[in-house]
Amino acid sequence: MSEDTLLDTAEGFEPKIVGFLCNWCSYAGADKAGGSQKSYPPNVSVIRVMCSGRVDPQFVLKAYSAGADGVLILACHPGDCHYKEGNYMAMQRHRILLRMLSEHGIDSARCRFDYVSAAEGDRFIEILTEMVDTIRALGPMVSDNTVGNKIMVKRS
Amino acid sequence: MLYNNKLNKLQERGYRMSTKPKLSMYWASSCGGCEVSLVNINEKILDLAANFDFYFCPCLLDTKKKDIEALEDGEIAITFFNGAIRTSENEEMAHLMREKSKILIAFGSCSYEGCIPALSNLHTKAAHFKSIYLDNPTVDNPHGIVPKTETEVPEGTLAIPAFYESVRTLSQVTDVDYSIPGCPPEPKQVWGVIEAVIQGKALPPKGSSLGAGNSTVCRECERKKEDKKITRFYRTWEIIPDTQACLLDQGLICMGIATADGCGALCPKVNMPCTGCYGPPVGTLDQGAKMVAALGAIIDIGEKKGLSEDELVRCVDHIIDSIPDYSGTFYKYSLAGSILGGKRG
Repeated sequence: MSEDTLLDTAEGFEPKIVGFLCNWCSYAGADKAGGSQKSYPPNVSVIRVMCSGRVDPQFVLKAYSAGADGVLILACHPGDCHYKEGNYMAMQRHRILLRMLSEHGIDSARCRFDYVSAAEGDRFIEILTEMVDTIRALGPMVSDNTVGNKIMVKRS
Repeated sequence: MLYNNKLNKLQERGYRMSTKPKLSMYWASSCGGCEVSLVNINEKILDLAANFDFYFCPCLLDTKKKDIEALEDGEIAITFFNGAIRTSENEEMAHLMREKSKILIAFGSCSYEGCIPALSNLHTKAAHFKSIYLDNPTVDNPHGIVPKTETEVPEGTLAIPAFYESVRTLSQVTDVDYSIPGCPPEPKQVWGVIEAVIQGKALPPKGSSLGAGNSTVCRECERKKEDKKITRFYRTWEIIPDTQACLLDQGLICMGIATADGCGALCPKVNMPCTGCYGPPVGTLDQGAKMVAALGAIIDIGEKKGLSEDELVRCVDHIIDSIPDYSGTFYKYSLAGSILGGKRG
């Protein structure tokens, strides 16, 4: 448990969220929210990926073990994927991953998958705000799974 | 003392301690299959004995812990350490063997990544004790006695090793030079490693895994692979699989796609899906997550056009409902070494 996690538990917990946003829709959507000078919770660290289908479940677990309290995967709406079906793969992986995470004691709210198009700046803000509120209520990740292995313990 | 006396007598009679490099094998929380695997190198065991002084192996030899303690640090050339770290005794021996060995090798899946003992990391120690000693239909324990590290008896205090909260791999406890994966490691791979040492070949960089390939089990599997589209999963008893087609194509969860090669695809050869005992392939951190990635990409829910977001989710859930045990299937051998390491607390 890192020092800042200890502090978080003590008072004023601020959730840390890693967001994987697809280049063609969701990242543009988040950019639109920023471009329109709308404010949204600063809790998310955005990682732009070419497609939500690129998000390997390993990325999600690595985010947790590096201290994330939640992971957000945002994709193009069904039928809108730049690569035809990357978003379906992301959704299918997410459904399996959720079940596996629950066996590890990790609440499904900590791994959210949703669709945001390039035009939906407001929807991005709405989803993010909702997620931050949910995770603030849940508390830090350590309350679900106390000991994640430090990443890179094995051949990297 | 008795042992030393015997030794002195032997030396007086002209017997000399071996000058060959010492080889040892220790078992921690394991089943003994790794020792069987070593013995399964068959007649090569004679070559091993010709080149090494096989010094310590509680499963096969009578050398004791005190004999190891009496050695100089680093006096053992190679130690094959099999078994996971479940108890304080396992950990103590891990540190002792590390101290006395030049090369410490995590031998087999248990010491490499946790294996079957590490599946217990999905539950707490308290839950284990409850289901093993208290809440078990075949156990009669009216006084609710559970093992304690120290017990007072009229003759004094009895001590047993402490049972840890979770299972760890050898490398999570001490410094490990190499790993040999497998449950158990294939004898030909074990011999390959021993032979390389005997021939004085340069060893790979510290931390490498020995006796495994650089690809996945699929590379060694001769079944015919096609574009994968899975509409439902089957358990092994539900269907009799075709002997030529890829098992995963047929809906059996074959872990070969997320498992290092090196075994020769033994299980798929006899119509059984791979369960993943060689651990994650090179470049993969987490075997279970990789399997989720693979399965997520090959599930086929059919025509998606016109389906709402909720309907899509329902279709996927319907297919994955046929997977009975997610962590137990995807992390059967790798839970302790995985990124999350199990559920604790």
